[in-house]
Amino acid sequence: MNAKKFVLPVAALLALAAGPALAQAVSKEYTFLTFSVFGSIIAVTMFVTYLAAKRTKTAADFYTAGGGVSGLQNGWAIAGDYLSAASFLGIAGLISLYGYDGFMYSVGWLVAYITVLLVIAEPCRNIGKYTMGDILAFRNNPKTVKTFMAISTITVSTFYLTAQMVGGGVLVKTLIGIDYEISVAVVGVLMLAYVLFGGMVATTWVQIIKAILLVVASLVMVALVWGQYGFSLPAFLQAATADAGIQAQVARLLGDASRNLSAAELGQRFLEPGLLFKSPIDQISLGMALVLGTAGLPHILMRFFTVPTAQQARKSVIWAMAIIGGFYVLTLFLGLGAAMKVGAPAITEIDRGGNMAAPLLAQYLGGGKDSILGNLMLAFVAAVAFATIVAVVAGLVLAAASAMSHDIWVGVIKGDQTTSEEELKAARICSLIVGVIAIAIGILAKGQNVAHLVALAFAVAASANLPVVLLTLYWKKCNTGGVVAGLVVGTLSAIGLVLVSPNMTYPLQVKAAQEKIIKAQDERLAKLNSELPGLTDPAAIQKAQQGIAAAEKVKAGAQGAITALGDSKTSLVGLSEPLFPLRNPGLVSIPLGFLAVLIGSLLYRDRRAEEMWEELYVRSNTGIGRAGASAH
Amino acid sequence: MASTSMNWSAIDADPRFQELHARKTRFLWGLMAFSVVYYFLLPIGAAYFTDLYRVKVWGAINVGLVFALSQFLVAWGIAWFYARKASEFDAMAEAIARDANALGLQAR
Repeated sequence: MNAKKFVLPVAALLALAAGPALAQAVSKEYTFLTFSVFGSIIAVTMFVTYLAAKRTKTAADFYTAGGGVSGLQNGWAIAGDYLSAASFLGIAGLISLYGYDGFMYSVGWLVAYITVLLVIAEPCRNIGKYTMGDILAFRNNPKTVKTFMAISTITVSTFYLTAQMVGGGVLVKTLIGIDYEISVAVVGVLMLAYVLFGGMVATTWVQIIKAILLVVASLVMVALVWGQYGFSLPAFLQAATADAGIQAQVARLLGDASRNLSAAELGQRFLEPGLLFKSPIDQISLGMALVLGTAGLPHILMRFFTVPTAQQARKSVIWAMAIIGGFYVLTLFLGLGAAMKVGAPAITEIDRGGNMAAPLLAQYLGGGKDSILGNLMLAFVAAVAFATIVAVVAGLVLAAASAMSHDIWVGVIKGDQTTSEEELKAARICSLIVGVIAIAIGILAKGQNVAHLVALAFAVAASANLPVVLLTLYWKKCNTGGVVAGLVVGTLSAIGLVLVSPNMTYPLQVKAAQEKIIKAQDERLAKLNSELPGLTDPAAIQKAQQGIAAAEKVKAGAQGAITALGDSKTSLVGLSEPLFPLRNPGLVSIPLGFLAVLIGSLLYRDRRAEEMWEELYVRSNTGIGRAGASAH
Repeated sequence: MASTSMNWSAIDADPRFQELHARKTRFLWGLMAFSVVYYFLLPIGAAYFTDLYRVKVWGAINVGLVFALSQFLVAWGIAWFYARKASEFDAMAEAIARDANALGLQAR
């Protein structure tokens, strides 16, 4: 059970896609509210796209909004890019189900920006132009490094994209009950509209709008839930520990270990570590991937090319850190609030991973399931979550498409001999290709457990992208050989380790776990059925009957899971049990990536790379000769 | 895109650039090391010093929560500290950039 406890929430958190949704959050009579709120937000973003389209005339406009974004605007856009549905819905959900561990988890997502701030943002702005490939091409063989960097960019973006598309489809389906395929197509078409017509200008503004909506929605909810306790932190936490629902949840999580604890102790336990994370090494490995991976995510790095100077790049990270950090502090209140007001059983009934905690809290705060205001608030939060997914996907598609068009088509195939008009056309065609592929993958991946893909994207970014960018910027002897070795080894080791890790489905293990669940439910059923005839109090009889129905439902679910496995006995790569014990490969693959750059560079030897070092170092520190906003 | 019309070694050799480089390197990597260590203490502490995390300090608030919240303050503190320090670096870099043409041409 321990392993499962860890698997479900983290998996669901990372991609918002674990398992089928069990129920629909909005009842049929209120779906019109959801549609109207969704419609208004879409209308606003479409209007922004229309305005942006008129301003998108050159390749520089398309890739980087012409470098004309201010630090403050870019800070909000970075926050918009980063606060994906996984962190908004996922972390609030984790806190609502597991208390302290969920909150501790959110810290890494903020600390990641310290790496970006201190060593990545400003040099990248001074050296790069449109893509990560540009940074590497500065002192290495441009065609070679651009090819490999583009492949890595597309790989990372595709992993992230798939998780977001599937997550988006599941979210929309859960909230308003339209078909999964239609949900995915809607997400894809909207995103394509932003990217194709408005390029980076529209994508930036959609992200800003969405980030503001997200922060406002969270602030309102926190004010409503925390205000009940006079905005006192001790009073709020005291109420949480005294809450019977939270105490019951802790008892459920601890199982037999909770027998000797008093109610007060159980409640307090919710604010202590260890309810979710069982493997400290795995958690440290995940922390490494987060802290180093963020600085290697192409769609995040690309944002630094949209500002005019290194100073504005710095300012944008500082704003992003303020917004993102503030938001994660709010999730503590959202999560604990949902745990008290909605309760773990109601949250997991809609989504096992807890992703619906924040939307359900909104519904409660507005007056509950049967009130218009409650459903309006639910619809608003749901629409914000939806906008979040569309905006994040737009940023990802833009990053992948620019790697394809700017690095591969213009840089490698055309040898940098194109006009701005041709490049703009190429960029739009590539966006269309990536977008259509994203929709196709989203639909094909229906029902698949794609949860580990976001973690994998971070792991590849940390193991391949970050080492090559960092060492290109800071190590004199780094050269083409090192870059290629680092990208290949970092990417393959991260993916390879995940393929043999516990993230994959091992049919025999799943079967054993599900059989255990069936056995436990059988015992519960036997107990309830034997008690039922002796009960006289109508309330007690009803409770027992509900218990029986619930147990039957869980049992049917477990049986369904076993049937779904079919005859398969081994995982995707033919293993019956994991070879590598950690879910997160970072601990091993990140050092391997760095090592590969070191060894590759020392073996390859390239005089040009060393000669160019002084220029790169002077430029990255002083900004002299920086690529102008719209110059080519 | 690399415009090599500038004599980069001349700028690199300039004592002001050398000083900027040295100060920046020390400052940035020092701060980076501190932040990484401070961050990883959180999960490590949660795993191996659970009893310490349980100690209550104010009502239901325990050491673990205070430590987790402090991570946010420390991250913001680092950002603020860096922003303040960076304006010094900016001024130094600007002075070098202003003289860059002269410096670069001089050595040509």
